[in-house]
Amino acid sequence: MADLTTDFLGIKSPNPFWLASAPPTDKEYNVRRAFEAGWGGVVWKTLGAEGPPVVNVNGPRYGAIYGADRRLLGLNNIELITDRPLEVNLEEMARVKADYPDRALIASIMVPCEEQAWKDILPRVEETNADGIELNFGCPHGMAERGMGSAVGQVPEYIEMVVRWCKKYYDRPVIVKLTPNIADIRKPAQAAKNGGADAVSLINTINSITSVNLDSMAPEPMIDGKGTHGGYCGPAVKPIAMNMVAEIARDPATRGLPISGIGGVTTWRDAAEFMALGCGNVQVCTAVMTYGFKIVDEMKSGLSQWMDEKGYTSTSDFVGKAVPNVTDWQYLNLNYVAKAKIDQDACISCGRCYAACEDTSHQAIAMTADRTFSVIDEECVACNLCVDVCPVENCITMEAMAPGTVDPRTGKTVQTEYANWTTHPNNPGAVAAE
Amino acid sequence: MTSPTAPGLAAGRLDAESIAAGFADLHAPLDPHEVLVAADRCYFCYDAPCVTACPTSIDIPLFIRQIATGTSAAAGQTIFDANILGGMCARVCPTEDLCEGACVREAAEGKPVEIGRLQRHATDTVMARQEHPFVRAALTGKRVAVVGAGPAGLSCAHRLAMLGHDVVMYDARIKPGGLNEYGIAAYKSTNGFAQREVDWLLGIGGIDLQTGKALGADLSLDALAEEFDAVFLGTGLGGVNALGIPGDDLAGVADAVSFIADLRQSTDLTTLPVGRNVVVIGGGMTAVDAAVQSKLLGAENVTIAYRRGRDAMGASRYEQDLAASHGVKLMFHVQPHAVRDGAIDLEYTSDDGTGLRGTGEVVSLAVDQVFRAIGQTLTTDGGLVVEGRKIKISGAGRTTRSGVWAGGDCALGGDDLTVTAVAEGRDAAMDIHATLMEGN
Ligand SMILES: Cc1cc2nc3c(=O)[nH]c(=O)nc-3n(C[C@H](O)[C@H](O)[C@H](O)COP(=O)(O)OP(=O)(O)OC[C@H]3O[C@@H](n4cnc5c(N)ncnc54)[C@H](O)[C@@H]3O)c2cc1C
Ligand SMILES: Cc1cc2nc3c(=O)[nH]c(=O)nc-3n(C[C@H](O)[C@H](O)[C@H](O)COP(=O)(O)O)c2cc1C
Ligand code: SF4
Ligand code: SF4
Ligand code: SF4
Repeated sequence: MADLTTDFLGIKSPNPFWLASAPPTDKEYNVRRAFEAGWGGVVWKTLGAEGPPVVNVNGPRYGAIYGADRRLLGLNNIELITDRPLEVNLEEMARVKADYPDRALIASIMVPCEEQAWKDILPRVEETNADGIELNFGCPHGMAERGMGSAVGQVPEYIEMVVRWCKKYYDRPVIVKLTPNIADIRKPAQAAKNGGADAVSLINTINSITSVNLDSMAPEPMIDGKGTHGGYCGPAVKPIAMNMVAEIARDPATRGLPISGIGGVTTWRDAAEFMALGCGNVQVCTAVMTYGFKIVDEMKSGLSQWMDEKGYTSTSDFVGKAVPNVTDWQYLNLNYVAKAKIDQDACISCGRCYAACEDTSHQAIAMTADRTFSVIDEECVACNLCVDVCPVENCITMEAMAPGTVDPRTGKTVQTEYANWTTHPNNPGAVAAE
Repeated sequence: MTSPTAPGLAAGRLDAESIAAGFADLHAPLDPHEVLVAADRCYFCYDAPCVTACPTSIDIPLFIRQIATGTSAAAGQTIFDANILGGMCARVCPTEDLCEGACVREAAEGKPVEIGRLQRHATDTVMARQEHPFVRAALTGKRVAVVGAGPAGLSCAHRLAMLGHDVVMYDARIKPGGLNEYGIAAYKSTNGFAQREVDWLLGIGGIDLQTGKALGADLSLDALAEEFDAVFLGTGLGGVNALGIPGDDLAGVADAVSFIADLRQSTDLTTLPVGRNVVVIGGGMTAVDAAVQSKLLGAENVTIAYRRGRDAMGASRYEQDLAASHGVKLMFHVQPHAVRDGAIDLEYTSDDGTGLRGTGEVVSLAVDQVFRAIGQTLTTDGGLVVEGRKIKISGAGRTTRSGVWAGGDCALGGDDLTVTAVAEGRDAAMDIHATLMEGN
């Protein structure tokens, strides 16, 4: 079995699956049970400054988006940081860390944007013997209204400033958790790096309204007739998170900066994908809130089976392996030609590919009276829509055309050479090929 | 209480509780959660094969999507637009041969979308509301006679009334509904659903129902054609084929349909006699229904004797399994040879391609009751041209006599099913309407 041990910023954990800072990590009881269940590490629920803790609403704090069979695809929350006193959390963290020295325990922190506030809390966190800290610059609701969370994460200068304070008053690794509620994710990542951060983690939740109650005419979750935007997470946000991870991984200014991947990780495969895009490990929240701690069993067994099959002996063997293949549109090979192909044995004749292509795309699927569906190569532009709407997996595939054959749609011979938009004759700004 | 092993014909072989349990809804309604799970499985197919397979062409993907999005009443309306007896069809259609048999998820996983039960949910939702969901168009002043208040007649009458025509609907029997009331297995249409449905359907207004009036005895086609602007015949198949073997006339030999009619009309099934040993001759839905219901009344041994092989059976595989699961024995390749006192002789058959023949080998079964379920026949043709033992029609139910339409079991073409009768009644109504309104 492949070795899942990971070393992230010098912090060792038996596997790359950490629990993200959220309700699953809000107290000793949860974290002990998570470690017993096999989680590699936890980022403790975000701590606030000394004094009376924040209060949460006393009504629903979550909203949801469902897929088929009421499968939870997206969750939104209006919860704040921990609502338990700082001392209680610190005591519990110290006890848990002492009992589970092989697991990663990271303290998530959010205090006001004043140097004194950080100077006060960091030594106390250090005393717990936690392995590092994560700066919560992401929470998009409630805390942001008070000038913290994403209100800081949206201003790169603030990020850099706070990270500098942390590096000044704290000796262990500093991870900056980024908010996705920003136009260009590379800017806060660069700021974190400039401030001296050891890593970034992303994404935190996305501003969202999940649904509107059409009887009360108010957003859900609704508190006494009113609702507010919450933070969106779960499988639905994974594509957004992965793009942001990849942007940071391939940005020359931040290349090599360690990343902890977060956002919709639900299965081993999701984790492997985030890691291939450059994440040293992943953090999970919604999936455990949906299924409980036990899902880590599938994540571990799945990842190690896949690593065995691929011949990877350590997670570092594949971390970042997909990054070189993430490029800009302008560098995609315009000489590559594919065609959709329908496996007639697998086809159940539902006609969804036909409706999609005929009504909304390229009229490239033919339908016979006996409901046989086939691709018309003369029309197919290989857009992939039919593949995406087909209910049978692998029933429609995209087949690359061999160089030298003629694309019946364009009448042109498929070229071996790579050629992209930068040199394309239709591009007014094309650079002539040398 | 008499026991299942009591000899001869006897009532009360099972206690009231067991009988009630046996005759309860074959497919209980889906609960709200089950409805959502079932509706979720529909792929919303293009030019969906389930719709093609439905004789009334209900827009199935649309109504299921309407259920899935929380508008079941709209779903019911979609169904009734195409099939006003969508409630009964949801209960009695052999869906395995129709919509569900064609569902792509049957091809994909062997588990079709549960169209029938979803249809029941949607139609029940609409029928639970007090008001009738259709309004009549402006009155046309035209009058149409509908003979037979079975599925074909009811469907035709409703559509005609909706289009603004006045309808007088005659039926020979005391109660309307046709085989919905007298023929369908009790566990498919429970709690007086057939009558409730007729009452609900008549809620549209403009249909004057006159029961106890038979074409032939009380009414003549000539008189009807004279009095009305158009006539529709939906008289079904009232006659039953004879076995044509020695002993056919012995007491204890009866028509399966009469047995079922008695059963459907009984107010206390513990008083209905049934044999200890029952043999049903036939291979269709009627044979299965008679056999299963005999078993549910407490008969000890029930056998369906069919002259051909399993695949040729009119009853679907689902119905064969239903019979088997109730403990009915299915015998294939046997035909009745003679009924004697307390026994029936069955002769084995073979078919070498030139037709079915007895092999001469005979097997005898102990029997107290024999049911004939070898097909029904036309009782009235009203003097119209008959072809293949049914009223000859062309197009949407046009008989050989101008101004007279026919549909349902009595008319040529289509399977003898409730849903087919509904489709034919509806289509004839549309054709009658077009004909009557010509030039208007
Ligand atoms: C035992 C049995 C079980 C069945 N089970 C199913 C099933 O589960 N699913 C299914 O889809 N189909 C089933 N069928 C078939 C289905 O019941 C018929 O196809 C359907 O009822 C035909 O409708 P119809 O309107 O043509 O005729 P009918 O339902 O037979 O109605 C004809 C009506 O005309 C009346 N009538 C007859 N003669 C005259 C006359 N001379 N004057 C006035 N009125 C007259 C009758 O009283 C009756 O009310 C079953 C049939 C039988 C016999
Ligand atoms: C109810 C809830 C509370 C959360 N609280 C915090 C928090 O206190 N600190 C923090 O950094 N992130 C918090 N998050 C964000 C998660 O840690 C994580 O970044 C996000 O949910 C995306 O991961 P996921 O898709 O696996 O859930 C919270 C998320 C949820 C659902
Ligand atoms: S790939 Fe696009 S164009 Fe080609 S058949 Fe599929 S949907 Fe049509
Ligand atoms: S969507 Fe897939 S299963 Fe459906 S008809 Fe097209 S190829 Fe066949
Ligand atoms: S065939 Fe099945 S999946 Fe397709 S529309 Fe009909 S019920 Fe839905």
